Amino acid sequence: MTKKTTRRDLLRGGLAIAGAGAFATTAARAQGDPAITELQPWMQQLGEGVDARPYGMPSPHEAHVKRRSVEWLTADPVSSVNFTPLHDLDGIITPNGLCFERHHAGIAEVDPAQHRLMINGLVDYELVFTMEDLARFPRHNKVYFLECAANSGMEWRGAQLNGCQFTHGMIHNVMYTGVMLRDVLATAGVQTAGKWILPEGADASGMTRSIPMDKALDDCMIATHMNGERLRPEQGYPIRLVVPGWEGNMWVKWLRRIEVGDQPWHHREETSKYTDLLADGAARRFTWAMDAKSVITNPSPQAPLTHGAGPTVLTGVAWSGRGSIPRVDVTIDGGKNWHQARMDGPSFDKSMHRFYFDFDWDGKPMLLQSRAHDSTGYVQPTKNQLRQVRGENSIYHNNGIQTWAVDARGEAENVEIG
Amino acid sequence: MSKLASLLVPGLAGTGVLIGGAYVAANMMVPQVHTPVAATLGLTAQAQQTAPADTVVFDLGRPATAAEIAAWDIDIRPDGAGLPDGSGDVWTGEDLYIDNCAVCHGDFGEAIGRWPVLAGGQGSLTNDRPVKTIGSYWPYLSTVYDYVNRAMPFGNAQSLTDDEVYAVTAYLLYLNDLVDDDFVLDRETLSTFEMPNRDAFYMDDRADTEYAIFTGEPCMENCKDTVEITARAAVVDVTPEDEAARIARQAAATGTDIGVTEADASAQVAAAETDDPVEEGTTPLAATATDNALADAGPDPELVAAGEKVFKQCSACHQVGDGARNRTGPMLNGIVDHPAGVVEGFRYSKVFGQFAEDGLVWTPEELSAFLAAPRDYAPRTKMSFRGLESDDDLAAVIAYLGTFAQ
Repeated sequence: MTKKTTRRDLLRGGLAIAGAGAFATTAARAQGDPAITELQPWMQQLGEGVDARPYGMPSPHEAHVKRRSVEWLTADPVSSVNFTPLHDLDGIITPNGLCFERHHAGIAEVDPAQHRLMINGLVDYELVFTMEDLARFPRHNKVYFLECAANSGMEWRGAQLNGCQFTHGMIHNVMYTGVMLRDVLATAGVQTAGKWILPEGADASGMTRSIPMDKALDDCMIATHMNGERLRPEQGYPIRLVVPGWEGNMWVKWLRRIEVGDQPWHHREETSKYTDLLADGAARRFTWAMDAKSVITNPSPQAPLTHGAGPTVLTGVAWSGRGSIPRVDVTIDGGKNWHQARMDGPSFDKSMHRFYFDFDWDGKPMLLQSRAHDSTGYVQPTKNQLRQVRGENSIYHNNGIQTWAVDARGEAENVEIG
Repeated sequence: MSKLASLLVPGLAGTGVLIGGAYVAANMMVPQVHTPVAATLGLTAQAQQTAPADTVVFDLGRPATAAEIAAWDIDIRPDGAGLPDGSGDVWTGEDLYIDNCAVCHGDFGEAIGRWPVLAGGQGSLTNDRPVKTIGSYWPYLSTVYDYVNRAMPFGNAQSLTDDEVYAVTAYLLYLNDLVDDDFVLDRETLSTFEMPNRDAFYMDDRADTEYAIFTGEPCMENCKDTVEITARAAVVDVTPEDEAARIARQAAATGTDIGVTEADASAQVAAAETDDPVEEGTTPLAATATDNALADAGPDPELVAAGEKVFKQCSACHQVGDGARNRTGPMLNGIVDHPAGVVEGFRYSKVFGQFAEDGLVWTPEELSAFLAAPRDYAPRTKMSFRGLESDDDLAAVIAYLGTFAQ
């Protein structure tokens, strides 16, 4: 209230032109901001009518907001990954067109009329469902993050990629609409010996993962929609498995079959890949849950501070595959002193959370870090703490604390500190 | 699990007479618990009051037929469950491997570029740069059979016969020095085969080894005296540069350079070795420039550059440029204005054999028609590509292909 009154007083007093950052010289100040004093085309001319954009797209001024890939990472774009532009987003929901993609045989362009879901194996009734059949089960809406287990995997041996899009962008957070897997499995009647499921995709990689029955019956969903509209082809249209809090590889896209069995299958994606090689040569398997993690998205290497010293909004995202995020700590001096960030927006289990730290930047170089606490009491470790336990050959599940060095110009760089 | 095993549907028995689109397969008994839910909504609601929510059974779907299950149920387990009849030997596997696999995985499983290394690496798992191969890392042989059968060759999945998958799997063991050259793989030898690294895997133990360490109230004030930067991404800068974003940023900011040069990047890239974040690499390979000399008359360089991007969709199966070889598809040097179906050493589909016989020439017009709708233009072609929708893309990729002499 106080602030509002002050501003209104200013306006009445004729000192109206404040806060227009684009013009700074005395002469320009006297003339006024051209953004105000000159007539802009959109103030005079008519715009396009209602049907010009039957499926609306972002402003051309936002053309830089897009998924990007790192070409050297993989042999071929058909079996590869791109990254969500976290530094260009706010809130907690990832727009559908910006959700990172990971394909093993390209995007399967599935005709839903020719797509089926089969349940077979240790069930009383081996069944086939059409997409219309699935739509007749009760539907549920849940917001969940999906993070690739290899997110930040390029950073095990040290700071490598400059940008949170590349270091942390193998994640997205959307609201799924779908049916509970347990309802579908109950229809088939899981037999007592059925302890595992094997979901399988319809793409040319025939993606498979073994998932324990407890998880399948707990919170797994068969999703048909993301953020209110049908799944995008690159996210598994017409149906994908949702495995809340667990590594993204298990969320089988273009889901066509679920087999029920009495033991895991040990397929390629749970032996050769997605196992965590430790320093002693042994390897962890079935490391499904994604531990608590956070990253500062602004400022970051792709999103420097351009306004100079003064009021500054630092923001980022945090998530945990084992619960919610009640708290995030932020430091601007490399961990000498920490501040509790302000959590803002909805807090759901196994969903992304948004945090802010609003402060007065003195214009000097900073070392920024964020540290997530999840609802189990787990506190996000440093990268060195992780390396002490696991060595440097793990690839997957790197949830260590990220550091950005911001220089006096506001440019940020990916660094590690000791 | 046990909840489902003792599954009850109170109040529903007898009320349903399979109305409302219920399924009845000719040779199948329809279970009584599968009562159409639409006909019994009120009763279902009652049932939910007296039983856990997850015990409600919805009468949806239809029985899968034996033929349908056989078509899709291809998964194999370590105990041999799912393995078909048949067998394959090392030498048959070698021929198949050279034809179908070597273009990506190398003649000896050493891999080309970033494709997965399949052989070697024994004893390297504790090294700085472990080499995780079938022989050095994979715990079960069944995984090899299952994966080759479901997903390989890349771009032509499920095209090998059961005997051929057995043979390729046998050859992969031979490449890893795990069997002799007279080895024959079948259901029995596969399900009893013990891989060298099988005992190195253990169940996720983070709850015991990490969660206690990473829990508790952390220091918030005066936590350390000094802080030093120990590693910088700018030094090993391998980040894809986005010129547009950089220029926009600089315009918005102070106009000074942000201090990371391309020269820094390439110097470091050359020193980096391969490894594997997503599954193929954590560090970049030295870029092997495959820049192609443009013809003197010079096609539009912009169009050619656009075509190079479009060609990424083709490059999983087709090679062009120096040293191009036949892969899943034939190599394409000199393909524009060249007779169809005659690239040496490539085994074409019947329809391409017919094209060759008919004397079809790949003029830009014919190529364009083919690439717009491959399966309409060449019914039953082996090329599993849906086609290019945009005329611009078609023109671009043909211009790009035109830059490669035979």
